[in-house]
Amino acid sequence: MPKDDGIGASVKRREDTRFLTGNGRYTDDINLRGQTYVHFLRSDVAHGKINGIDTSAAEAMPGVLKIFTATDFESAGGIPCGWQVTDRHGQPMQEPKHPILAEGKVRHVGDPIAAVVAETYEQARDAAEAIDLDIEELDPVVDMVKALQDGAPKVHDDLTSNLCYDWGFVEENKDAVNEAFGKAAHVVSLELTNNRLVANPMEPRVAVGDYDPWGDTHTLYTTSQNPHVIRLLMGAFVLSIPEHKLRVVAPDVGGGFGSKIYHYAEEAFCTYAAKIIKRPVKWTSSRSEAFISDAHGRDHKTKIELALDAEHNFMAIRTETYANMGAYLSTFAPSIPTWLHGTLMAGNYKTPLIYVNVKAVFTNTVPVDAYRGAGRPEATFQIERLVDKAARELGVDPVELRRKNFIKPEEFPYQTPVAVVYDTGNYHATMDKMLELADYANFESRRAESARNGKLRGFGIAHYIEACGIAPSNLVGQLGARAGLYESASVRVNATGSISVYTGSHSHGQGHETTFAQVVADMIGVDANSIEIHHGDTSNTPMGMGTYGSRSLAVGGSAIVKATNKVIDKAKKIAAHLLEAAPEDIELKDGKFSVAGTDKSVDWSGVTLAAYVPHNYPLEDLEPGLEETAFYDPSNFTYPSGAYGCEIELDPETGKIDILRFIAADDFGNIVNPMIVEGQVHGGLAQGIGQALLENCVYDENGQLLSGSYMDYAMPRSDDVRGFTVDHSCVTPCTHNPLGVKGCGEAGAIGSPPAVVNAAIDALHRAGHTHVKHIDMPLTPSRVWAAMNG
Amino acid sequence: MPKVMMKVNGAEAAAEVEGRTLLSTYLRDLIGLTGTHVGCDTSQCGACVVLVDGQPVKSCTAFAADLEGAEVTTVEGMTNPDGSLSVIQQAFQDYHGLQCGFCTPGMVMSTAALLAENPKPSEEEIRHYLEGNICRCTGYQNIVRAVMAASGQDAGALAAE
Repeated sequence: MPKDDGIGASVKRREDTRFLTGNGRYTDDINLRGQTYVHFLRSDVAHGKINGIDTSAAEAMPGVLKIFTATDFESAGGIPCGWQVTDRHGQPMQEPKHPILAEGKVRHVGDPIAAVVAETYEQARDAAEAIDLDIEELDPVVDMVKALQDGAPKVHDDLTSNLCYDWGFVEENKDAVNEAFGKAAHVVSLELTNNRLVANPMEPRVAVGDYDPWGDTHTLYTTSQNPHVIRLLMGAFVLSIPEHKLRVVAPDVGGGFGSKIYHYAEEAFCTYAAKIIKRPVKWTSSRSEAFISDAHGRDHKTKIELALDAEHNFMAIRTETYANMGAYLSTFAPSIPTWLHGTLMAGNYKTPLIYVNVKAVFTNTVPVDAYRGAGRPEATFQIERLVDKAARELGVDPVELRRKNFIKPEEFPYQTPVAVVYDTGNYHATMDKMLELADYANFESRRAESARNGKLRGFGIAHYIEACGIAPSNLVGQLGARAGLYESASVRVNATGSISVYTGSHSHGQGHETTFAQVVADMIGVDANSIEIHHGDTSNTPMGMGTYGSRSLAVGGSAIVKATNKVIDKAKKIAAHLLEAAPEDIELKDGKFSVAGTDKSVDWSGVTLAAYVPHNYPLEDLEPGLEETAFYDPSNFTYPSGAYGCEIELDPETGKIDILRFIAADDFGNIVNPMIVEGQVHGGLAQGIGQALLENCVYDENGQLLSGSYMDYAMPRSDDVRGFTVDHSCVTPCTHNPLGVKGCGEAGAIGSPPAVVNAAIDALHRAGHTHVKHIDMPLTPSRVWAAMNG
Repeated sequence: MPKVMMKVNGAEAAAEVEGRTLLSTYLRDLIGLTGTHVGCDTSQCGACVVLVDGQPVKSCTAFAADLEGAEVTTVEGMTNPDGSLSVIQQAFQDYHGLQCGFCTPGMVMSTAALLAENPKPSEEEIRHYLEGNICRCTGYQNIVRAVMAASGQDAGALAAE
């Protein structure tokens, strides 16, 4: 029987009570005494030369304290990039400076030019309108292919071109891959776009900078997924503030989905300006501002080819991708189309030869970085669309073609040709489970019923793999990461036995306060309510790398397990002393230490009290107190996988697609809180279905963002997504972390887009529209109708 | 600047406002009730929904100056008199109808408005009514379950299609 508040229990979330009563503490809820407000004047053109900025009229406006421009930041560094990719020829990527405020040129709509600090928001905004800008518009580059043509305008005049890097992986395999294509019985190819998206967490970004002149200390409150990373990047590379003089706090954060990983200029601005103004400086992004200043996601254009032999075994995959970097390199941008994308191109299949080419391109658009899934959705979409197309062209069942090429359960650990080693998995089991839950066997009768009602019904399949739990530090260091990717935890046991856990992970909706307490409660056997989880403040948590890439439980949870085991080891020594036994004879069960084979015992609080009131204590051998810190560096990624099935109905009159049911059969390894895991999958599915059917970030040829508000960037609403069935009964535990967990945060967003598009193509083909080979996302009614009738 | 008085969650409130001061600003910045959230600036996301004289209103599109004497209920006013979670709030916790919590105040207030007008809504009616509230975390299924449960209906009975 699992402990009712331990691992495996659907414990209700403790954080909910404050969120449900209006007592959350989000960054915008923080108001400091004497606070001032900043408004950023941003470029309304995509590309231009700044000939002059006249702030004199604005400075005379009521309430204005100071107007900053680039000249105020001459001593500051640029916003750094955290990952250096090396190109096909062994050369480092081109890495332009990313200033806090635009220097000489503006490079995208939204590029901040000047910052007005005033007594109120309204005064700051009013004054910004009075700044006289002299900007000479330059031709922008928006399209990635055109950006690489000779004579194209350059986003950065000091770089040789708009090419950030031309990456080949595995470069040594290139000739062998080409040779395989020469020998193939069948070659299937597909050109596709992975549409540009905007993460859109419901809480816009906020930053509040504060400075204490007496201690020369800075505090930044910010909407971040990783406050320690912000402290490191901003302190060491931008503002030259040593860590002990800089505290970064990320309190309750209203969603992130990747967009709050990065260090942003506004954070550095508020931190710096608070010292100059000598008062706190607060910035709250409006949603319109978020669209032109938060990093965007995806935006790949790809040609992918698959070579098959006469028996339909996959022989080789070859791809060419253009990846948009936007105008500057966001914190992890270069790693997304490369190491988080190329390494996943084997999918769930035994494809012996793979070559991935990626050209990363600068354009006059907002920087692009990780968004839920980050590289892995792009890989999965290519593979699963292509396999589906192959099945259709070869006239074979898409399930059977996948099964034939799946890595078999007995073949793990499996070395892929793209560097990574999958530790466990059972793709046949997840596929079978999905088909069973989908009642796939009776699909045809449901399709006939739809047809009688004038609707086209289709069923789409996708099977995904992802690499989570990023990552072994020594490995990512070789790949160009400028950071370690371990996680940290401190477990502080208090005298009466309650426990305070300090984690380097950060919760912005994932429920860590509940699940991490479940893990510790299970290990020690105490009530989870006696355990408190603290996160998000660099002043009291050990250096940690934060939450992204579905890493919190796999890496952060493992650090907590490691620290808790250290606590238990020491507690056993104290118990051994109290019970006059050898430490190796002490057992811990249900919060009680006992001597094996005897009825001698002492409970948890008896030991913890002895640790802090060490009257009867082995002081000569053991320090008092009971508090341990651990850092956990994973030895491999984790590899969640799953089979997704999407059943849709398509209205041939309008082209509108309705999702009828969506089945997700995932293998996440062991699970701590099934309720929370199900919720994470639901959310991922909604975002993936959003990408497939609704969401599209669109620039016009002048670099103007056409989808810059919730009026024209369509996200799923309650009526758009439904019928989710989520199963996680197929379990192959991760072999290399102590909990056997894999991560569940991104799966839904990775596996669902190809399932939706495959379902649409299936519906069209079953209805005779066999000329439709592919439709680019989002599958809006007009695109579907045009494809059908084209 | 004129002073605007309202009754917020049963208590008298007063603050000086500009003509352009929004109700959301009045609540959050002038009288310190930060439970009401602002997620967009185009009246699309619904995080800022409050009840004004019993009717759901997006507080980011109402001017405070127009609301002299109004009775306003925010998420802070939704708990039971003893401070415990109300039926709606409890259902959201029980059915995991929230993750990051940012859209939650608006969801709770819209649900209160829905159930006042339609005590036993169907799944379709719930989904239709909540179209003005965007949640980016949950995919809505558990929110719909929570509203079903809060209205005394079987939360497991969502249509598979």
